[in-house]
Amino acid sequence: MIVAESKPIKEVLEMVKDFRKILVVGCKGCVTVCNVGGAKEVAILAATLRIARKRSGQEIEVGEHTLERQCDPEYVGELKEIIGDYEAVVSIACGVGPQFLSERYPGVRIFPGVNTQFMGGAEEHGIWSERCAGCGTCVVHYFGGLCPIARCSKSLLNGPCGGSSHGKCEISKDVECIWDTIVTKMMEQGRLDELIEFKPPKSWTTARDGGPRRMIREELVK
Amino acid sequence: MNDFKPQIIAFCCFNCASSAANVAQGMKKALPDNVKIVQVPCTGRIEILHLLKPFEEGADGVYVAGCQEDSCQYINGITKANKRVAHVKKVLEELDMEPDRISLFNLSAGKGQEYVEAAYEMVDKVKELGPFLPA
Repeated sequence: MIVAESKPIKEVLEMVKDFRKILVVGCKGCVTVCNVGGAKEVAILAATLRIARKRSGQEIEVGEHTLERQCDPEYVGELKEIIGDYEAVVSIACGVGPQFLSERYPGVRIFPGVNTQFMGGAEEHGIWSERCAGCGTCVVHYFGGLCPIARCSKSLLNGPCGGSSHGKCEISKDVECIWDTIVTKMMEQGRLDELIEFKPPKSWTTARDGGPRRMIREELVK
Repeated sequence: MNDFKPQIIAFCCFNCASSAANVAQGMKKALPDNVKIVQVPCTGRIEILHLLKPFEEGADGVYVAGCQEDSCQYINGITKANKRVAHVKKVLEELDMEPDRISLFNLSAGKGQEYVEAAYEMVDKVKELGPFLPA
């Protein structure tokens, strides 16, 4: 999933300080799963905005709406009946959401209510960690099913650097050295020799280095 | 003299705080009339939104009365409530508001006296802080 975290409430308040009618829009996708942008969090942010404004003696009207997904035009279109009633929108979807809203409703001021962090998963309830860097050409099968691009601090593809110590990365004792884990796993599977097989340099043209990406699947396009 | 009468919402655990309330009743001790009780099956059910709503509606203070950390019937309800109260304290701080407007009290079924004292303690504390919303 895409993992995000709430923006500090002061930052959100500063963004919307000139508006009296605000719509908070959530998303039932990834941000619901990571407890930052679903219907529950929409209600919490709306309540917090109302409390802050009431406390400062200012008027505010905050609407609440949660879309099935903010990254699909068919769901974003749902807002067309109500969005005109508001002066500003705070989207608490990942960074895709506010952009889809901005593109669909060009006359409306759209603000992001969360900071998008990474593609990852839940280690346990309340703890998430990064797993994928979206490089566009997956190679985890070369590395025991683990991704050194996303999980090595230097994204090294040819083994650990000198900063690996007792299974930890030099940047922090809380960060595992994924290369230590990869080597251990390959040894356990009796495949260590595969790591020294020659692989041509990875092409990064499918990653961000190739510019903004777009994917077309003809069999799905109407 | 401060004649401000704060409105307080108390979320009380059905298993311990409510039993403590019965004990208090047997001792002929009553809560202040400006403390409104919301009984919950377990304090672990109280969400952050539940704790914020009273402030939005004009309450001056909120508290949770639940079990001891090691005696929750549902294992960790009070632990969850404690974390959520701490979170709301942070939210209030971020909004430049007094975090002491929200508290949590660990009670148990027999603690009738403490149940009533918690309510008075909260009323006194919030009275000192003044009204939450401007008049």
